[in-house]
Amino acid sequence: MSTISPTAPAPDRTPAAPRTEDSIVKTILGRWETLIVGLIVVVFIIGAGISSEFLTGDSLTTGSSDFTEYAILALPLTLIIATGEIDLSVASVLALSSALMGYLWNQGLPMEAILPICILAGALCGLINGWLVTGLGLPSLAVTIGTMALFRGLAYVILGDESVTDFPTNYTDWAFGNFAGTVIPNTIVLFLVLAAIFAVVLHRTPFGRAIFAIGANKEAARFSGLRVNRIQLRLFILSGAIAALAGILLTLRNSTAAGNVGDGFELTAIAAVVLGGVSIFGGTGTIGGVILALILLGAIQKALNLDPDINTAWVNIVTGILLVGSVLGPNIAARVREARRISTRGTRPPRPGRSAAPQSGPGGEGNTNA
Amino acid sequence: MRDSRFTRFLALLFAVVLGAAVITGCGSTKDDSDDSGSAASSSSSTAAADSSATIKQGLNVVVMPKQLGNPYEELEDQGTVAAIKETGGTAKIQGPTDAAASSQVSLLRSITQQKPDAIVLAANDPNAVVPVLKQAQQRGIKVVTQDSDSAPAGRQIFINQATTQSIGVQLAKQALQTAGSAGGDVAVLSATANAPNQNAWIKIMKTELAKPEYSKIKLVKVAYGDDDDQKSFQQAQGLLSAYPSLKSIVSPTTVGIAAAARYVSSSKYKGKVAITGLGTPNQMRKFVKDGTVAQFALWNPEDVGYLGGYAAAALASDVITGKQGESFKAGKLGTKTIGKDGEIVLGPPTTFTKDNIDKFDF
Amino acid sequence: MSTPVTTPAAPGPGGSAPSGPTVEPEEAERVSAGRRVVDRLIRARELGLIVVLIAIVAITGAIEPNFLDADSLKQTVLNVAIIAVMTAGMTLVIVTRNIDLSVGSILGLSAFLCGDFLTKNPSVPWIVGVLIAILIGAACGLLNGVLVTWGRVPALVVTLGTMYALRGVAFLVTGGRQINAEDLPDSFLKVGSGDLLGVPTLIVLAVVVIVLFWFITRDYAWGRQLYAIGSSGRSGGQAAKLAGLKSDRRVTQAFVISGALAGLGGAMYAARYGTVDATGGQGYELRVIGAAVVGGVAIAGGSGTVFGAALGAVVLGTIQTALIVLKIDDFWQQAIVGLLIIVAISLDRLITNQSEALLRQRSARRRTAA
Repeated sequence: MSTISPTAPAPDRTPAAPRTEDSIVKTILGRWETLIVGLIVVVFIIGAGISSEFLTGDSLTTGSSDFTEYAILALPLTLIIATGEIDLSVASVLALSSALMGYLWNQGLPMEAILPICILAGALCGLINGWLVTGLGLPSLAVTIGTMALFRGLAYVILGDESVTDFPTNYTDWAFGNFAGTVIPNTIVLFLVLAAIFAVVLHRTPFGRAIFAIGANKEAARFSGLRVNRIQLRLFILSGAIAALAGILLTLRNSTAAGNVGDGFELTAIAAVVLGGVSIFGGTGTIGGVILALILLGAIQKALNLDPDINTAWVNIVTGILLVGSVLGPNIAARVREARRISTRGTRPPRPGRSAAPQSGPGGEGNTNA
Repeated sequence: MRDSRFTRFLALLFAVVLGAAVITGCGSTKDDSDDSGSAASSSSSTAAADSSATIKQGLNVVVMPKQLGNPYEELEDQGTVAAIKETGGTAKIQGPTDAAASSQVSLLRSITQQKPDAIVLAANDPNAVVPVLKQAQQRGIKVVTQDSDSAPAGRQIFINQATTQSIGVQLAKQALQTAGSAGGDVAVLSATANAPNQNAWIKIMKTELAKPEYSKIKLVKVAYGDDDDQKSFQQAQGLLSAYPSLKSIVSPTTVGIAAAARYVSSSKYKGKVAITGLGTPNQMRKFVKDGTVAQFALWNPEDVGYLGGYAAAALASDVITGKQGESFKAGKLGTKTIGKDGEIVLGPPTTFTKDNIDKFDF
Repeated sequence: MSTPVTTPAAPGPGGSAPSGPTVEPEEAERVSAGRRVVDRLIRARELGLIVVLIAIVAITGAIEPNFLDADSLKQTVLNVAIIAVMTAGMTLVIVTRNIDLSVGSILGLSAFLCGDFLTKNPSVPWIVGVLIAILIGAACGLLNGVLVTWGRVPALVVTLGTMYALRGVAFLVTGGRQINAEDLPDSFLKVGSGDLLGVPTLIVLAVVVIVLFWFITRDYAWGRQLYAIGSSGRSGGQAAKLAGLKSDRRVTQAFVISGALAGLGGAMYAARYGTVDATGGQGYELRVIGAAVVGGVAIAGGSGTVFGAALGAVVLGTIQTALIVLKIDDFWQQAIVGLLIIVAISLDRLITNQSEALLRQRSARRRTAA
């Protein structure tokens, strides 16, 4: 990923070395999540003003189930971005999984066999990405631009211009239904379970600490004995498998398998991850922040869609501005603080954050010396 | 320290879930009452259509195109808006910014929550929209599809621009007429590979071409331009290189026919290879006048939308229920009768040639 | 500077590890040795692409002779012209270790506004419309550049955000309207379909743009500095001895040029296709980046030439047309393009690895000789 403007020091909210600057990280991350919660509250108030239908169980059900796939894609993406890599191919894997599902169903296989095959196929896609990135040392941005076209193309090859719609109703009803008498959709319950697992893995296990260590400084992580390549390979496989799962859910929810589903989903998922406070350089971020960002984006979309006088294009505009603003805002705040500090003390304190870490890079250019 | 962050996150998550649950609690009761109310009213009204009843004033209708910014769809939607305005109601256009079925589905859910009297839409995918449309109907919202149908379970009335059969036959005829008396190879340049209406037309066209009177015509290829100008352009060029004996390109999509005509008009194939299919007169006028295109066809998209608007108004006013044989007045289009499967056919498409094209402006 | 420098990981364009004035003699010698080898490699790379191109044309022509007639070849190159112009701008951005995902949206917006202006002012010379398109593009590019440099927001985030937001703006501005060929002045449409001295005008324009930026980046300090910025993050700062301010300015300028060329692409799009609506140029960003990557522009920055990138665009465009001509099923096209991107970057990696080994050998030999 060539996302680093080389001259850019770290944004304030994305310090690179959580272990060395624990207290700073805490306060800032705390603040970041608080900020998003604040924004959510604002959107809820505005949304309630836009339509009386906004604050209803119906909104929660429909709004959240329509966001399921983005949300599920965002989980493994959080981990990958936290290591400083990226996976643009997730939506194409989703489509490939959907197309494969339709194809196998047409071939007369039972659903019980199809679902694991799709997940495995997704994992295989992830393995290809992961091998190109870790085995060959290629930048993940370039690799996944390529596989994005490749996997989407294969989805078309598998299913052509067909779309398959006759999936068994007990499966589609589940995907469309709510959890045991509540208004919470089944798919969201599945997401919450996955999110809990991802949160525990990322924030409570050595594996999670390794992910942040790699994102903070890949070389240092390698020297400290972490098997960087193996961890990254696993993350890509995980990303592929989860994307395939999202493909299955989308297919069942819409009762339609086709090669063109999920076009552009990767960008919304990445937007949620970045908005959730995960540094695109890697090294920081929380699953909680990403979940909050998903809630925020979902609420904005819902609120704007409830008013027929608001052009749907505003969702794009607001999402774009929020995305940039989420990184720009803290940077400007940091500058203002710094300027004040300089004027009062007369000395220039060291910049917080990334100055501690060398500009090790996202996109696997750490491997360019290999 | 690490623990405290995690605890904070859990607390936050808990707060959000709790908040959602509270909101949900109040919301769902309200919804339930609403649902039962509207279900009751709609069930009582569906018992008998009152053809003498008049169109209600102040109807609130939402119109959804396949995608915002698609000019053909915009024309259709303008027709719907005009029709609803004539009946004394208001219609608003709300559509997705991309042509994906899932975007339409999520938008439809929000529209259902707005509880308009009726929804008029062109479906991106026949099946993906059915569950949400069923939900809408359960809440008493009338659903009309136009131009591109959903599965019949999702809607009450479908405004068909012309029967799928007649369009498929028309395309086959166009192929025969433009390929010349000696016949030869023809190719189809379609929209996206998953487009429901194009695929249905092409299927009919193929059956038609298998008949003996079309024995001189050979369909060599169906190419997809994805309704993207450049891709369609490139496809047209590739077709002409790949099939040197090609006599005609039939493009059943307005983007494809314009791109193909544009390519041929500036190439050595001009006058040798015919372009035909479905296009709007405004887009094609230039190519008809310069001789690239001899004929093409289309219905008036505004009329499709106009009819859709009146059908929605009649449904929402309980003038009709969507059953076969019911009829209603559709403004300037006169009285229309519902056919099999809730379909209303606008009429045969108009064929445009250099003689009549200047009479049309859309 | 006294610390020994690791082998330049990725070569500069035509072998530029730009040698600052403070470079020590020994190092200068090594750099110039590296430059010679790398120079040859880059040329080999471009030569390789030309060979591939000739092979594709020859094979396709052998199977389907119609592909080789002048008209068909002309149209093939014409199809590439717009993408090639945008690829030149993208190359400048990528060599500085940034990326521009917003070019497709910029194209859509500027194409519509250019067409709209010419439709409403048919008496104004068409060149004014083109200038408007370029200016709109440059303004969008300036916004990107300022957010990246002054705002310290990673380019991936900035341009993902502006990609969303500008597309939304395009939808609002068009409001469902479409520009048709018959609305546009004939003089403007002639630019899109006419010839200049027997060569299609758009091809002349594309060649002028590519040659211009190729020379600027190859032979002028301004261009060399872009490469220096791009390789500085990686090779320990030996390369870019640019002050932060100057480097910021260069990065901003690269974005402005990328935006301006996307704007020019918009004018070319309007002139060539004659029909413009809000969706023009959707997905172009990935085609442009794909072309640059195939053309040997390293996504990690600091390496690749405008000429190579343009060749990449020509190769990809030719393959796409060739696949249609060869009657290969439509559904395979996207998959093959994706595969090609992956093969190209993998080959690059293998060649770079070998060249590094070669460099290491040479410097070792030199040291023993001394």
